[in-house]
Amino acid sequence: MSEQIAATQVEHIARLARLALTHEELTRYGEELGHILAYIEQLNEVNTEGVEPLAHPLAVHNVWRVDEPQPSLDAQQALQNSPATDGRYFLVPKVLEHYDAS
Amino acid sequence: MQYKSLIGMEIHVQLLTRTKLFCGCEVQFGTEPNTRVCPVCVGLPGSLPAINLHAVELAIRAGLALQCTIAGFTKWDRKSYYYPDLPKNYQISQYDLPIASQGILEYELHGERRPVRIRRAHLEEDAGKNLHDSPGMTQVDLNRTGTPLLEIVTEPDLHSAEEAFAFANELHRLLVYLGVTEGVMKKAQMRFEPNVNVIITHEGVEYATPICEVKNLNSFKALRSAVDFELQRQLAEWQRDHDYTLASCGKENRGWDDDRQETVYQRGKEEAHDYRYFPDPDLIPIVVDDAWQECVRKALPEMPLARRNRFMQDYGLGLKEATLLIEDRPTADLLDAAVKAGGPGNILAKHFISFWQQHANSRECTIAQLGVTAPRLAELANLQQLGRISSSAAATLSEALFSSDQSPAEIARQRGLEQVQDRGAIERLVDDALADNPQAVELIRLRDKKWEKSLGFLQGQVMQKSKGSASPILVREILMQKLDLNQG
Repeated sequence: MSEQIAATQVEHIARLARLALTHEELTRYGEELGHILAYIEQLNEVNTEGVEPLAHPLAVHNVWRVDEPQPSLDAQQALQNSPATDGRYFLVPKVLEHYDAS
Repeated sequence: MQYKSLIGMEIHVQLLTRTKLFCGCEVQFGTEPNTRVCPVCVGLPGSLPAINLHAVELAIRAGLALQCTIAGFTKWDRKSYYYPDLPKNYQISQYDLPIASQGILEYELHGERRPVRIRRAHLEEDAGKNLHDSPGMTQVDLNRTGTPLLEIVTEPDLHSAEEAFAFANELHRLLVYLGVTEGVMKKAQMRFEPNVNVIITHEGVEYATPICEVKNLNSFKALRSAVDFELQRQLAEWQRDHDYTLASCGKENRGWDDDRQETVYQRGKEEAHDYRYFPDPDLIPIVVDDAWQECVRKALPEMPLARRNRFMQDYGLGLKEATLLIEDRPTADLLDAAVKAGGPGNILAKHFISFWQQHANSRECTIAQLGVTAPRLAELANLQQLGRISSSAAATLSEALFSSDQSPAEIARQRGLEQVQDRGAIERLVDDALADNPQAVELIRLRDKKWEKSLGFLQGQVMQKSKGSASPILVREILMQKLDLNQG
């Protein structure tokens, strides 16, 4: 069972993930995503009538951390994997000032 | 044309915890960038979140105070979006099972109580901060990432900028009171996002303008101005174009430009986000049983409005004064403690709003922070109640309480601040003064044009003889009597 995901849908998902895809990639990912979805679709064959939705596979709840500070990284450690930094901040390409996604 | 304004609110409240929501990094404002971060904050692969119990408890406390239903079972969900201040590319939030829902908060306006329904309140983590100061690049500071927030969402039960302002103030007062948040507006610990639109009835047809959400307002004043501006703008826009409606234009996000005092278009519905919420597999669910709820409920303090009313009734305070006194909870607690220690409520309250407040102002602290204990406050008020000191002597004495450990009564005695209430003693002093100053007495008898001045002079003489300890009211009364002057 394989379904092709429409190119427009792939494009939409790519934009949400901030990915610029070529025309060939759109087609390829459309196919691959279709396979993934079809695989997951198999779950729909199970009858879940009257079964509570599962929030977590483990039967545990209420595991806490007490509100006590632990040491943080220093800035140098925090920034060491960053492709660009000025020693204090992570640097990223300029983003729109008034944009707020939340 | 008739219209009705509808305003709902989303409020982000920073919870008063020492550490972040999912890691042990300290929540601290104004520190060097990227020094309060760890692998969880930075979103390193393999790092796992761990829930801060205190944050959950504060959320339950707020939920109960807002008369919400607390969910017996809640979970965490991922809200996915890509932005540099969100290193994991998702925000951990609560989507379909918020920890609290369906509550109510009453606020007061023009002496009238008005309810606002609370739709929900859920826990979520804050994002980091993008700085746009340097040219070419955006700087990212992740210190704020993971700070625990409670997002409170109301129903559209507010109908004017004034109501939104009053409601926001009441919510702020309540949450600070509960110790749920520090509520420092300058540190953006409370952020308002009003959703505003107008329902217009025109020639029998109803029009709804687009619902505009004004993002991230972090002062009460900005909230009031932004709502006011939005209502006017939407009405004007609709009058220009009757197709400026929710049906045609959908929802809008707008920002507030404080310099120009206007809202600015940010994005419309066609750009609306697809957050792809799903349960976070890294976090386990929360179960809040009745026993836990009851435990939190029992520890809730008296609500600010109820306390204010009690202060007015029991301590004889006016609305303004009572409002001022309850503003700081430790100060209000101190007043209650002083009354419990045996002090007269009405005199204590007067002391609080007069000289204790002045001492606090000059020391730039609250009355509670002055460090004067409840029993000493009570004793001072009692001395006045019993007539042993005058109200002005009480004010003088209050200053002395800072530098001495002795009891107020002892200090009053030593400094000669005690009032002489003994009628006989004062009468003798008055007789002496009259005998010493026949000229003044004569002027008064002749009703000389300066007779009142002479009376004042005589009174001063008596006070002097008593070394300031005589009750001035009694001195005047006896003087008038002896000089056959009609009182009044």
